[in-house]
Amino acid sequence: MTFPVFPHQASRIAIETDRIYLGLLCLSVAVCLVVFVPMIFFLFKYRSTHPADRTPRRLPQNKIEITWTLIPLFVFMAFYAWAARQYFEIERPPPDARNINVIGKQWMWKIQHPEGNREINELHVPVGRIVKLTMTSQDVIHSFFLPEFRIKQDVVPGRYTAEWFKAENIGTYNIFCSEYCGTSHSKMIGHVIVMSPADYQTWLIRGQPGSTLAQSGGRLFLELGCSGCHIGPSIVRAPPLDGVFGKPVPLTTGDVVLADEAYLRDSILFPAKQIVAGYTNDMPTFAAKVSEEELLELIAYLKSLGTTQ
Amino acid sequence: MITAVPQTDIPRPSLAPRRLSNYFEEGGRTLASWLLTTDHKRIGLLYLYSIIVYFIIAAFAAALIRIELITPAGDLVTSETYNKLFTIHGTLMVWFFLIPSVPAVLGNFVLPLMLGARDVAFPKLNLLSWYLFNLGGLMALYAVAFGGADTGWTFYTPYSSTYSHSHVVTMAAGVFIAGFGSILTGLNFIITIHKMRAPGLTWFRLPLFVWSLYSTSVILVLATPVLAMTLALMSLERIWGLGVFDPKLGGDPVLFQHLFWFYSHPAVYIMILPGMGVVSELIPCFSRKPIFGYHFIAFSSVAIAVLGFLVWGHHMFVSSESIYAGLVFSLLSYLVAVPSAIKVFNWTMTMYRGRIYLSTPFLYALGFIGLFTIGGLTGLFLAALGVDVHVHGTYFIIAHFHYIMVGGMVTAFMGGLHYWWPKITGRLYPENLGRLAALIMFIGFNLTFFPQFVVGYLGMPRRYHSYAPEFQIYNVLSTAGASILGIGYLLPLIYFIWSLKHGRRAPSNPWKATGLEWQTSSPPPKHNFHETPVVTEEPYQYSPVPEQRLIYG
Ligand code: HEC
Ligand SMILES: [Cu+2]
Ligand SMILES: [Cu+2]
Repeated sequence: MTFPVFPHQASRIAIETDRIYLGLLCLSVAVCLVVFVPMIFFLFKYRSTHPADRTPRRLPQNKIEITWTLIPLFVFMAFYAWAARQYFEIERPPPDARNINVIGKQWMWKIQHPEGNREINELHVPVGRIVKLTMTSQDVIHSFFLPEFRIKQDVVPGRYTAEWFKAENIGTYNIFCSEYCGTSHSKMIGHVIVMSPADYQTWLIRGQPGSTLAQSGGRLFLELGCSGCHIGPSIVRAPPLDGVFGKPVPLTTGDVVLADEAYLRDSILFPAKQIVAGYTNDMPTFAAKVSEEELLELIAYLKSLGTTQ
Repeated sequence: MITAVPQTDIPRPSLAPRRLSNYFEEGGRTLASWLLTTDHKRIGLLYLYSIIVYFIIAAFAAALIRIELITPAGDLVTSETYNKLFTIHGTLMVWFFLIPSVPAVLGNFVLPLMLGARDVAFPKLNLLSWYLFNLGGLMALYAVAFGGADTGWTFYTPYSSTYSHSHVVTMAAGVFIAGFGSILTGLNFIITIHKMRAPGLTWFRLPLFVWSLYSTSVILVLATPVLAMTLALMSLERIWGLGVFDPKLGGDPVLFQHLFWFYSHPAVYIMILPGMGVVSELIPCFSRKPIFGYHFIAFSSVAIAVLGFLVWGHHMFVSSESIYAGLVFSLLSYLVAVPSAIKVFNWTMTMYRGRIYLSTPFLYALGFIGLFTIGGLTGLFLAALGVDVHVHGTYFIIAHFHYIMVGGMVTAFMGGLHYWWPKITGRLYPENLGRLAALIMFIGFNLTFFPQFVVGYLGMPRRYHSYAPEFQIYNVLSTAGASILGIGYLLPLIYFIWSLKHGRRAPSNPWKATGLEWQTSSPPPKHNFHETPVVTEEPYQYSPVPEQRLIYG
């Protein structure tokens, strides 16, 4: 019988989180010693039947109180700062990441690779490469938890959230859903499969996707009639979408917003919410017409515009 | 503490049995005399009976959960049933056991006594609170009986508002209605403390239990309405598709979490502050020392109540809340840990040069300090942003809040119940059995919940009906612990009932305690005091010399 205490450390983040955890453990032991050693000593020495010096002593009460207020305060602040630094690291994906989409649904994880490969409850990634997950849910809130990487992020319907990791070793690791999502919540599990770059390439090719994610998006762009307005001359005047991703967009309200995934998503689902300066609210909503997967394909296509064409 | 009755010459009751008029006899023994009573003491007991019922149901759900979790596969009950079980467990324990436990049972009983008052400020309102509480409770039980809800006690949207196929609205309505009971109790206590103090009982002569009840009441009054509104909005969305939380209806699911935790974090303090108050009574009494740092303990209760309103975002570090919001909430969460630490240090220091009686209530107080300290320290892990990303939503948090709410609050409640039992019933419980039960509870508790810290860090998510095999050993330990804990809870239930008939008769002050509640007979007369006491001293005027003989059952 084994008593594992730490999950496997699959990334640098995991190592650092464990360090903070051990630090906090030391702090806890120290506090326990400070409280319980005197307490047990008092219990023994001053137990009712035991003769002991009980003459009341005038103690410098305020000094004592201030000491045991300030010392914990400073120690706590140090731990606060240490853990906050780690949080910033975890929460902000580095720029040069490989993007993979995750769509949560009762009760499975659907994964889209940029090359067009799709999988369910399995996430194949290359070792040593920074992977950024762009995640959303098509129903309730889920949470994408990778214990060996010490990271998790809620997967929220109506939003894109992100999570990143860099696997240090080849291996298979757990995916758990860690936000209660209904009947089969505990079955909403899967695996991250970390492969060597070469194996990963073979895996991608073996999957034989018909088209890349952006190409699927391009097809949708035609089928849904987006191109009718957005490409070439058309009756409705619509903004060109080349290179729109990542650019600041001026709105009719005078605000300027960054065209990130959330903005593109809103532009397609709720066009009336933000209107590009110089245009009118002529775009119909596609809220009931596109699924979360198709939305992510469209966004992949929009992202590719201006970079390849 | 008062002039009326000198402390030393209380007759040994077994030698001098005499029948005093008391609140059991005055007013009659009929059922109606209980159900229509406005006596705060009887209402306290009514609360006691009802929360025991809810506790037993919730504990039964917990037992099934623990048995299910012995094996990794979900083999005892179906997933639907499992999810309903933890919803029943959480909802009943939080709203129908923990929140009313110390305030509504012990608080109702002793607050007016401690103040030297005849009753609370609004006795009829007090009874109304109890009815609202049970109306809510029956509603929740109705939901349970007719299929149950499966949202967890947190009712997260859009699962609760759109997707769940269970009795969510009925369950939420139960909590909603019971909430009004809480609000009224809070109001009643605040006004009672302001207006009904005996002559000479200034704010800084109040027992610390009163300070903690005051802080708790403020939270009850300010936070509970937010919960009520939140649950109402959730229910309206479920019934009429009002688009507040479900993004498909144009709502924001994370907004629910903000609102819910704006109530529920302060509610965590509803579930610990009164316990701290009880412990602040027990420690000086059984150490025979004035409490160390009275003002610091009193103001730390207030500080906790105030800061407690500003940390709700620490439940949402991975919910897509902004990282800067996370920074602020984490900082404030660390700050709120400081007043709790101050209390622990002061309690320990009180024992210095005291005369310590290891009586049952004191054993519970010690248990409280130990378990609360561990619970509090692990709170620092959860408040630490980078670490919380890993442990959030796992068994680590389960262990943490059980250490606070069961290890802390329930232990304090047991301590308080033993301490005031002679006052409440006029009978003593068997002391040795009491000590044994306290010990069993402590051991059982740690065996149940300590392994959950480890399995949580290993990555086992909460609310999992089936789990990965590597987590099994800790779950087996946990279940073993839970059965010991169960025995620990059963024992007092048995000997308390036994003591009602066969226990030794209690004198008015078996513990030689200060505090006005001990200056009247046990059980007290209907109107508490034969003459209004006058307070001339600071609280907790205990002295370690000479040795006292406490009276045990
Ligand atoms: C009926 C014509 C029409 C159709 C069809 C249409 N759009 Fe638009 N679109 C517009 C107009 C007009 C605007 C500018 C006003 C606004 O912001 O709503 C716009 C704006 C946008 C923007 C914001 C551009 C920026 O520069 O910020 C995006 C992104 C977009 N559309 C994508 C799409 C996609 C994807 C589809 C197909 C699913 C689509 N549109 C279909 C007319 C259309
Ligand atoms: Cu889930
Ligand atoms: Cu909290």
